[in-house]
Amino acid sequence: MDLVQMQKSLQDYTKSLFLEGILDSQFLQLQQLQDESNPDFVSQVVTLFFQDSDRILNDLSLSLDQQVVDFKKVDPHVHQLKGSSSSIGAQRVKNACVVFRSFCEQQNVEACHRCLQQVKQEYYLVKNRLETLFKLEQQIVASGGMIPAVELGF
Amino acid sequence: MEVCNCIEPQWPADELLMKYQYISDFFIAIAYFSIPLELIYFVKKSAVFPYRWVLVQFGAFIVLCGATHLINLWTFTTHSRTVALVMTTAKVLTAVVSCATALMLVHIIPDLLSVKTRELFLKNKAAELDREMGLIRTQEETGRHVRMLTHEIRSTLDRHTILKTTLVELGRTLALEECALWMPTRTGLELQLSYTLRHQHPVEYTVPIQLPVINQVFGTSRAVKISPNSPVARLRPVSGKYMLGEVVAVRVPLLHLSNFQINDWPELSTKRYALMVLMLPSDSARQWHVHELELVEVVADQVAVALSHAAILEESMRARDLLMEQNVALDLARREAETAIRARNDFLAVMNHEMCTPMHAIIALSSLLQETELTPEQRLMVETILKSSNLLATLMNDVLDLSRLEDGSLQLELGTFNLHTLFREVLNLIKPIAVVKKLPITLNLAPDLPEFVVGDEKRLMQIILNIVGNAVKFSKQGSISVTALVTKSDTRAADFFVVPTGSHFYLRVKVKDSGAGINPQDIPKLFTKFAQTQSLATRSSGGSGLGLAISKRFVNLMEGNIWIESDGLGKGCTAIFDVKLGISERPNESKQSGIPKVPAIPRHSNFTGLKVLVMDENGVSRMVTEGLLVHLGCEVTTVSSNEECLGVVSHEHKVVFMDVCLPGVENYQIALRIHEKFTKQRHQRPLLVALTGNTDKSTKEKCMSFGLDGVLLKPVSLDNMRDVLSDLLECRVLYEGM
Repeated sequence: MDLVQMQKSLQDYTKSLFLEGILDSQFLQLQQLQDESNPDFVSQVVTLFFQDSDRILNDLSLSLDQQVVDFKKVDPHVHQLKGSSSSIGAQRVKNACVVFRSFCEQQNVEACHRCLQQVKQEYYLVKNRLETLFKLEQQIVASGGMIPAVELGF
Repeated sequence: MEVCNCIEPQWPADELLMKYQYISDFFIAIAYFSIPLELIYFVKKSAVFPYRWVLVQFGAFIVLCGATHLINLWTFTTHSRTVALVMTTAKVLTAVVSCATALMLVHIIPDLLSVKTRELFLKNKAAELDREMGLIRTQEETGRHVRMLTHEIRSTLDRHTILKTTLVELGRTLALEECALWMPTRTGLELQLSYTLRHQHPVEYTVPIQLPVINQVFGTSRAVKISPNSPVARLRPVSGKYMLGEVVAVRVPLLHLSNFQINDWPELSTKRYALMVLMLPSDSARQWHVHELELVEVVADQVAVALSHAAILEESMRARDLLMEQNVALDLARREAETAIRARNDFLAVMNHEMCTPMHAIIALSSLLQETELTPEQRLMVETILKSSNLLATLMNDVLDLSRLEDGSLQLELGTFNLHTLFREVLNLIKPIAVVKKLPITLNLAPDLPEFVVGDEKRLMQIILNIVGNAVKFSKQGSISVTALVTKSDTRAADFFVVPTGSHFYLRVKVKDSGAGINPQDIPKLFTKFAQTQSLATRSSGGSGLGLAISKRFVNLMEGNIWIESDGLGKGCTAIFDVKLGISERPNESKQSGIPKVPAIPRHSNFTGLKVLVMDENGVSRMVTEGLLVHLGCEVTTVSSNEECLGVVSHEHKVVFMDVCLPGVENYQIALRIHEKFTKQRHQRPLLVALTGNTDKSTKEKCMSFGLDGVLLKPVSLDNMRDVLSDLLECRVLYEGM
């Protein structure tokens, strides 16, 4: 695949992420912050997000599997996840976290389990997509091209 | 032989007679001597004897008599002259004393007799007193019985207990054979046997109320003796007893609450009576005594009172239960209402947030777009998009505002601003649409209109925008004119007098359009929210119908008035409103206003080298904030906990950004502690800004109360951060950077 095509497919892919609502404008902000002095800003942030979220999701699964669920422990985790996801613009994850939190307040264990599943689903989705995105970018860089600036013609 | 003058006793012939005389004299003497002894002895024994002197006299008399008789003994035989002398002396003395005594006795005997009379009299009196005491005792016993009965009856407030107790106690006190109570039925035409003391009675044993005997008893408040054969007294089968005991009946008034309010209770007011029948035991020959009858009457009265108390109590308990029920129902209704309000508020908050998110995306992307290479047409389009989106954002705020307006929780945010600039801005905003519709808009500002005023700029702009927007919306051709002036005298509305006071004035804005006009009948409906006039001309214009309602509320908040005048359909209309504004003395005091900024020109302030400190527990957001600030050229230090922050913060840091997302106040404590740390060097204290996901009033208030200098909504956009930093460093205070 030649460079222009790769760049085009990257653009289309990025656009699709926005259109599907997986990412929101915050992600654009992140990309804006990436410049010569800080070339890997986005991937650093995203990697950190993945690490954090994996850990949090693990803790959440453990907490919810307890006989007696301690919502006082569950809530901060969800809050943390919500904060991280909104910071990088993972919109759907953040929305799922909001729902999760409301069920936590109601102390509804059933619903919380469902929410956790939902959050996990969204998280893996965004993780998947972002990893694909980075791979595309790496390919372009490896081929000697520049990652095109985000052009939003919609 | 000597000659003696005494008679020679003829012993042998009168010897017997002599002997008897001799013996009699002797005994008389003894008796006479012993009587005074006895007298003395017994008088000494008795304590009371008033006539001692008489006694002495009497004693003397007796003694002398005795002496005389004793001396007589010697005269039977020959005796000497001495004896005769003694004898004579004694006789003389005796004579004297006896005469004296006789005389004395005349006085004394009547006295003694009267004593006797008095004694008799006293005895009679004593007997009489005894009788009376007997009576009193009986009365007192009766009284005691009544008290005890009353106590028993009044110790309970339960109807049945009262009546039962009455019968039992009466039966006991008066030793009755049978005691019964007849109560009037509901219809009032019959008396039903309700309670008896001993015998079981058949259920529903009734007696018509119009019997003569019953009338007789009901006619008087006294207990009446009735015949044992009357229907009310025949309670059990006659079982061969010879003589039935006497029967007494008394009426018991059944009082109602209303009876107590009449002064002449209970005689005239009550109509319903119950009948109490009391029977003495048969074959006992007992009679009804007066005090027993009195007892029965008193008890009947007491029972009446006790029953009425019981009735009153029942009613008040019922009323109280009803009130409690109503209370519970009201409480429930209140809680439901509160829940509904809370649900609505939650809904509004969520909706607001949900709507704001895409809004922010649009605004952010559009502003980013602006910074790229664009052709002039594209730039114009992008600017229009931005302006429209800002308007839309305003509308969403309106919805939230409206709900807060209805709650009454909206407060005006006063500030100093430039009135002339405000009008021009509004026109600039509306001009594009007006140009498209080919409606020229003219603005006339009165020459005496103050330039710098104090008021709620944002809301005033909303009002003007709404009115002018409506004018543009509903006009298909013609022109629109906006006039602003200071009003001095009476306005159209008669109940609203405009008086400029001191540093305040009333601004009047007139917006005249030449559009479709409004039917005068529809004018009142205009200000109702969500209502729209149904004329075809306006149907196509869309709009939510909220604008005028909100504007009216804002105008009212600003102590003003708003109305619309129209000459009819097709003749255009004029919208006029008055609001109260303050005149500002110092035009320099214009603080940063809250107008949704059209981010037309990004401000490129230089933040190079600005030392800032970022505190955030969340790694990812910490990194993002750091990246943002680094991109702007700051020197960023990051910490992830309160303690670290305190340890690291120094006078070199100009700004500290702290994340306060977590609920509770621990995060805010850090602000206090930083204040503490820098109490000595106030001017070197870094500015404190909170990063939060929550922008409601309470968060703002909390931040202010903890001494923070600003609040930012996460996630922060680049432009936002840029603006915030410039504003912060300019004025050292910021509460509008959202």
